[in-house]
Amino acid sequence: MSIEKASPYNVDDVREDFPVLERTVEGEKLVYLDNAATSQKPERVIDAVCDFYREHNANVHRGLHTLSQEASEAYEGAHDRLADFLGAEGREEIVFTSNTTDGINTVAFGWGTRNVEEDDNIVLTQMEHHSSLVPWQKVAEATGAEMRFVEVDNGVLDLDDAYDKIDEDTAMVSLVHMSNVFGTVAPVEEIIDHAHDHGARVLVDGAQSAPHLPVDVGEMDADFFVTSGHKMCGPTGSGVLYGKRELLEETSPYKYGGEMIKLVEYEDATWADLPWKFEAGTPNIAQGIGLAEAVEYLEDLGMENVHEHEKSVTRYALERMWEDDEVEVYGPPPDHEARGGVVSFNVADAHPHDSSQLLSDEGIATRSGHHCAQPLMKEMGVPATTRASFYLYNTYEEVDALMDGIETVKEVFA
Amino acid sequence: MYRERILDHYRDPQNYGEIDDPDVHYSDVNPSCGDEIDMYAIVDEDDEIVDVKFDGQGCAISQASASLLTEKVKGMTVEEVRNLETDDIKEMLGIELSPVRVKCAVLGLKVLEGGIVEYKKEK
Repeated sequence: MSIEKASPYNVDDVREDFPVLERTVEGEKLVYLDNAATSQKPERVIDAVCDFYREHNANVHRGLHTLSQEASEAYEGAHDRLADFLGAEGREEIVFTSNTTDGINTVAFGWGTRNVEEDDNIVLTQMEHHSSLVPWQKVAEATGAEMRFVEVDNGVLDLDDAYDKIDEDTAMVSLVHMSNVFGTVAPVEEIIDHAHDHGARVLVDGAQSAPHLPVDVGEMDADFFVTSGHKMCGPTGSGVLYGKRELLEETSPYKYGGEMIKLVEYEDATWADLPWKFEAGTPNIAQGIGLAEAVEYLEDLGMENVHEHEKSVTRYALERMWEDDEVEVYGPPPDHEARGGVVSFNVADAHPHDSSQLLSDEGIATRSGHHCAQPLMKEMGVPATTRASFYLYNTYEEVDALMDGIETVKEVFA
Repeated sequence: MYRERILDHYRDPQNYGEIDDPDVHYSDVNPSCGDEIDMYAIVDEDDEIVDVKFDGQGCAISQASASLLTEKVKGMTVEEVRNLETDDIKEMLGIELSPVRVKCAVLGLKVLEGGIVEYKKEK
């Protein structure tokens, strides 16, 4: 094996930060390899959420009482932390959402339906998650715009095809940064440059990238960037929409109600300042505060280190699977550089559901199915795959456990 | 869960294929995992199922369950099939199933019942 089993930090120490990693499943030590679906949470984040409810719980923005002021300060301050983490200029560019889907819907219906016109086209890739594909289908339906899909060859985006398909009539490019099926990382900077040269806006779906690799939205020059908090050690119900200030100014809210208004009369209303005009109703306060703690945790580890660790563990897994004739791995070979911690595979004649079930019986959590990418699965000619996805706390020994589990699958379905 | 009987039916399903010009035909998928099943049946004048076939693709539980179901329902009336419940499928399979896998197990029955509803409507 050409891989040196190294890590830029002490993984055993990191694992101690995550209480759930202590538990057993079916009498076996839990091996959690479903991180692309959601990550586990470190004690610090759990404590931050509990501490909010125990000590400071109140609604934000409106109250003059002490608890409300504390809650407001913490919640608004959480936006600053996320701005810093993602490389935004300030809290005005950071909208807290419930998840990535919520962020994409805000852009699709707040910006897309108002700015995309009938003769325009919307460019996506063949490997978009349903959370990007479906909202843009609705925008195309509402505006009459054409949808185009950049081709993906064995998990790798065809950059020349992107250059061909993005033209003067392109209004929006919605692009998955890191594939949740293959783990491949798209050349977003090149595509953004090309799109901007043609007057198009770009939404980067960072659900799988921001949790796993350093992201700087300013350097990337993304117009919009969306991600999920729960995939990066934060609570469920937390997510972020970044938008360039001038674009968020011209984007309409798509949810209306309390918290997002400035002045209301019986017949009309005006909107609150950025980012609050997009956060209608009582927001997910504890979740936002928990997410801020999560990104501090990640910054303490260093996102470069997280990425390096995951790449090494993933490469080890890929090399072990690649040399096994009975395991089919989808996506580019192990030495493909631009990738993160996701491996899609199938074992011999076993249906991915059965593989996942048998792995679960040995305490190994993987996911099987279409991974919210049904058209892509069709393109690949498979109904579904089994997916192992790694995070900052996974170990080489857990890859070995996975490979042992795969041996069981082979025995049962031999 | 993966008893030999289940695996046998998965590897070598009974009554697998299509029926030309069936009285009952219906298909459905399990959206969470993509399992697909088509059910075809011929029904005689007494509403009794005289022939039944299925095809599709999916996990061992969904495919073995559909295979076993075709053996079970031959000779039953459509009304009797409509009265079958999840517990009957569990009993037919004879294995412990988690709630997620129950959906795989009952897909065949759901499809056949869907086809019978259509058949009744047309009649």
